[in-house]
Amino acid sequence: MRYLLRKLAFYVVALWAALTLNFLVPRLMPGNPVDLMLSKLATKGPVTPTTRNAIEALLGTDTHSSLWNQYWTYLHHLVTGDLGTSIAYFPAPVSQVIGQTLPWTVGLIGLATLISFAIGILLGRAAGWRRGSWVDNLIPVTTMLQSVPYFWLALLLLFLLGSTWPVFPLSGGYDVYSVTPGWSLPFAQSVLYHGALPALTIVISSVGGWMLGMRNMMVSTMSEDFVVTAEAKGLTPRRIRSRYVARNAVLPSISGFAISLGFVVAGSIVTEAVFSYPGIGSALLLAVGNNDYALMQGVFLIITLAVLGANLLVDLLYGVIDPRTRARS
Amino acid sequence: MTATTEGAVAVAAPIRRRTLPPMTVKLAVGLGIAGLIILFGVLGPLLVGNPSTVRDVGLTGPGNGFLLGTTQSGQDVFAQLAYATRGSLIIGVVVGAITLLLSSFFGIVGAFVGGWTDEAFSLFTNIMLVIPGLPLVIVISSYVPNKSIWLVAAVLAITSWAGSARVLRGFTLSVRSRDYVLAARIGGEKRWRILLVEILPNLIPLLASQVVFAVIFAILGEAGLSFLGLGASGSFTWGTMLFYAQNGLALRLGAWWWFAPPGLAIALFGAALSLINFSIDEIINPKLRSQTRAERNKWSVKA
Repeated sequence: MRYLLRKLAFYVVALWAALTLNFLVPRLMPGNPVDLMLSKLATKGPVTPTTRNAIEALLGTDTHSSLWNQYWTYLHHLVTGDLGTSIAYFPAPVSQVIGQTLPWTVGLIGLATLISFAIGILLGRAAGWRRGSWVDNLIPVTTMLQSVPYFWLALLLLFLLGSTWPVFPLSGGYDVYSVTPGWSLPFAQSVLYHGALPALTIVISSVGGWMLGMRNMMVSTMSEDFVVTAEAKGLTPRRIRSRYVARNAVLPSISGFAISLGFVVAGSIVTEAVFSYPGIGSALLLAVGNNDYALMQGVFLIITLAVLGANLLVDLLYGVIDPRTRARS
Repeated sequence: MTATTEGAVAVAAPIRRRTLPPMTVKLAVGLGIAGLIILFGVLGPLLVGNPSTVRDVGLTGPGNGFLLGTTQSGQDVFAQLAYATRGSLIIGVVVGAITLLLSSFFGIVGAFVGGWTDEAFSLFTNIMLVIPGLPLVIVISSYVPNKSIWLVAAVLAITSWAGSARVLRGFTLSVRSRDYVLAARIGGEKRWRILLVEILPNLIPLLASQVVFAVIFAILGEAGLSFLGLGASGSFTWGTMLFYAQNGLALRLGAWWWFAPPGLAIALFGAALSLINFSIDEIINPKLRSQTRAERNKWSVKA
């Protein structure tokens, strides 16, 4: 219970820090969004003071009230779920844009990460168990793949498997011409078909990290005394591997999984840029391209919330699977 | 035979603390590749012409006086690669240095001082860790229209130090509670001396591997940022080269000599640093070094 409370308290503080950061970043930056937008508009035509007022009202950046009041208004808006109005998708409210794009990202990136994690753990288990085997010798190769810039690899695969040999579609989340979104088989097939290549690139570029981590933990755990005991008891190697070694070795990978979720959501931005996938990363980039600060803040907020939530979930789970963490705190 | 030599090493090792990794094939290859790339980044720009010079030869393949061909506007790809190598290395070094400073301050000092300082530092580190880095970098850089290479490096460093601070904190905590540190404390050594002379040397391999990670992360992060069009403006890095290649439809036009070299350079440099890191890992974690029991027993499990 104490463990639980400590964890919850930490996430409340982290959430508050993230919200405050989200509030402060635009206000601490040199130049304000209103000026930036006005200078963009000014290149297209004359700008009147009315335009300025309109934009200030739109962005909710009332430069006349104090920072403290702005902060309270901001928190109040958040609690009521009002994230402002998007400019890029005008006149849709930001919350609606996020609601439409988030499922795509969570589906694609979440699934791809789970697959990558599972494959990496299994390969790492095999590599650590028998060092010097062919699986172990895969490690330098997967490390090399991991150092390749993700988008470079993705573009290359997209070019090879999309243009040269058209096995996969070039872009998008589903075939917009032939199917309509909904709970139907053709739509599901289309989504899977369009998601296969992005998912494949994510798995290829991230599996190496899981594999290396698991392999090293396997190797470390195998020199523990309890493995000697298990061996002396005459247990079968298979049982020692799965019940004694792998079970303990996988713990750091699970906590690493939580931390990596942050990088996963971040990575989705690049993935979605390469494959023109209709997820939240594309929304963020569109917001950046159009100086849509309300949408940008909203997306950043949602990404942060998702990462915090996932971390909290894994932390709670970790307390259950590894009792030592509860005892220590 | 191998058993006797291994035994000899095990006996000899405790006499001199092992701070340099043994020269293995992995380490030699890693150092070699990284060294060549660094040399290219330092000396390359002195030997090539202006990378921005526009010629009316258009997109041409390797040959005709251009080692790696030319871009769409007739710029020398090889010259661009030389300047880009320098730019990316600068980002890597700056981020590595800032990460080293921030993570040692919040990780080592916090864990060493203990008490409320440690609680506060550790809370701050954990919060920085869970706030997603790249989106924050994108948001920050979208507010600054003209970014210098230094600003990009600083932003990358600020969002990436937390992970290594956490690792360092954990290790410092375990070193701090060892008997010899306690002995030094009872012996009346000054606190800063215990930190710098007794504890820090044990952390050097870990610090080295964290810095190497930070450098890889920074170079990859910068490439991603540039690819999204949010990188440093008006300077050459591997990332901006890829950005221009992508915008110039290098892939569609089959201009591999424009698209491939920067990506391969990043991959090679990253792989070289990883190889170096493998060797450092074997110092930090001696269990990785010795043969494992499963290997000696020739256990075979058909999974």
